[in-house]
Amino acid sequence: MNAPLLSVRGLSKHFPVYDKGFLRKQIGLVRATDDVSFDLMPGETLGIVGESGSGKTTAGRTILRAHAPTSGSVIFADGRGDSVDLATLSENALKPLRQRMQMIFQDPFSSLNPRMTVRDLVAEPLIIHRLARGDELEDRVVDMLQKVGMQPEHRMRFPHAFSGGQRQRIGIARALIMHPSLVVCDEAVSALDVSVQAQVINLLADLQQELGLTYIFIAHDLSVVRHICDRVAVMYAGKIVELAPTRQLFDSPRHPYTQALLAAVPDPDPDVVMNAALGGEVADPGNLPSGCSFHPRCPLATDHCRSDRPELREIVTDVGVRCHEARA
Amino acid sequence: MSGSEKDDIVLEVENLQVRFATLEGDVPAVNGVSFRMQRGRTMALVGESGCGKSVTSYAILRLIQRPGRITGGSIRFQPRQGEPVDVTALKEGEDELFGLRGGRIGMVFQEPMTALSPVHSVGEQIAETVRLHTEATPEQARTRAIEMLGRVGIPNPEQRVDQYPFEMSGGMRQRVVIAMALACSPDVLIADEPTTALDVTIQAQIIGLLKELQQELGASTLLITHDLGVVAQLADDVSVMYLGRVIEEADVRTVMKAARHPYTQALLQSLPGLSTEGDRLTSIEGHVPSPMEMPQGCPFHPRCPHAQPGLCDQGEPPAMQAVSDGHRVACARVHEIGGPS
Repeated sequence: MNAPLLSVRGLSKHFPVYDKGFLRKQIGLVRATDDVSFDLMPGETLGIVGESGSGKTTAGRTILRAHAPTSGSVIFADGRGDSVDLATLSENALKPLRQRMQMIFQDPFSSLNPRMTVRDLVAEPLIIHRLARGDELEDRVVDMLQKVGMQPEHRMRFPHAFSGGQRQRIGIARALIMHPSLVVCDEAVSALDVSVQAQVINLLADLQQELGLTYIFIAHDLSVVRHICDRVAVMYAGKIVELAPTRQLFDSPRHPYTQALLAAVPDPDPDVVMNAALGGEVADPGNLPSGCSFHPRCPLATDHCRSDRPELREIVTDVGVRCHEARA
Repeated sequence: MSGSEKDDIVLEVENLQVRFATLEGDVPAVNGVSFRMQRGRTMALVGESGCGKSVTSYAILRLIQRPGRITGGSIRFQPRQGEPVDVTALKEGEDELFGLRGGRIGMVFQEPMTALSPVHSVGEQIAETVRLHTEATPEQARTRAIEMLGRVGIPNPEQRVDQYPFEMSGGMRQRVVIAMALACSPDVLIADEPTTALDVTIQAQIIGLLKELQQELGASTLLITHDLGVVAQLADDVSVMYLGRVIEEADVRTVMKAARHPYTQALLQSLPGLSTEGDRLTSIEGHVPSPMEMPQGCPFHPRCPHAQPGLCDQGEPPAMQAVSDGHRVACARVHEIGGPS
């Protein structure tokens, strides 16, 4: 197999919490993303799923250096230059790399500047990076709009004139116009209605084929992840608790949290009765339980789990699980 | 189902019209919605953004605010005791309307943070509802609040009753909102996207709670949602809405497994089901048109794979017609199209 496009090792992002006093003494630490490691092959789609506060968005942003990581490394090697560690690179050295890694955001209503036309929105990245001008710029904008299924005649309109699905297409065009290698889709279809969601998922799959893109697909919706991803990482309280090929993860989930998460999805078949729901609340990353963060909600928890933090272990080929009790 | 049970209609909405006046003209948000809710059952109004499902539920409580107004139709509410009420005929400020809101009709809103007051304890908020609608003393109202908090599965209700919403998680807050809606033992509970803002494991807890309360209290529930999984798990009957109209109605099994309207069929097929992998999703072409540019004829025809020129694209929208007992579909070609492929 080829070399990975992205190699993430021990990536952590902790946010300090200060008191309100004059000295702003640090009183806590939120371990938003903690010790995240994975490899991403070119052309692959990795899903990152988890509930609110699981650290999935922070993980995605830290990988792209929208946040400076607390520790860990992110080796990026797309074959268009030397491999670099994004985690330690200076801002100046980072800037030319930014065109090769892009992000698609969740909310197509707040991620597009309402005062810019579609043409300006899609052309802006090329102008900032001085990649095209004049006729070439216009041609590339028109070409990109066609690729995402928008009518180029609409390029002088403003975002408010478009529906949610069409705005998301504008966001996709804006992210892909520089031919990035890596695209982080942060809940890219969550805000859309089902019928439109399906259109956008199909579009993302087509563009991946056509442009050879590698996706990190961050989502809370397991059915969407199952549909689009090759491998899936499940996060809980800042850590990856299970990382496995999609089919294995859905057919034989090994971490008790993954099992509970899958069982909690309401089935569209009224004859399938939902199992008893997982009790308790999602762990607070600012005040984590001792040992395994999941133990207060876990049906299998033992004293071992309450005292010792489990590591991510490969228990079957390609399947990593962070659980003392998980067996092959 | 026995005849008498079938006739026990708690809420009957007939040809409801709601319009919003805008600078560009009147927008028909709800355009002739009719449905009947049977007592003790859960009916789901399903549809995508802008189909008018939330506006319909707001109209039932007369919560439509200017520039919106109810321009036609009737909403007949039959409480367990007493005379039927025509909700659309009530005057704003009338005691009877006041008694409906939060009293005989309870409502659970989507976003539990904005539905609760941040400056009152949850106990005060539940007790306030109780005191407004019953003769209860402050002590009785507080006792009722503690009882309701226990009922919706909040641990240590005696302590929790004095907490403020910000001290609780999203799931706990939604439980408080449900407790408040049920505090006066309403005849009808309207739940507008009750689980949409919640995480999936918490959503499963709330679905379990709503199911349990349905069996225990027997309140008739109107569930407003876009999530077909939630519908399958909670509803007995389903009405599917598109562009301000009901286009298909039947019991939940029929809708989920033998839908006949092309829109319902397409909606079900575009679900990235947990059982499918890798294939392309079936999507519905185009997008929901703006209510300002309502198509002629069947409102779904521009996106419909079965649309027939000359039949579907002119005249009035097709009327609901029965395809079997209790299963009605608004499609001119329903007998040619057949069941789900």
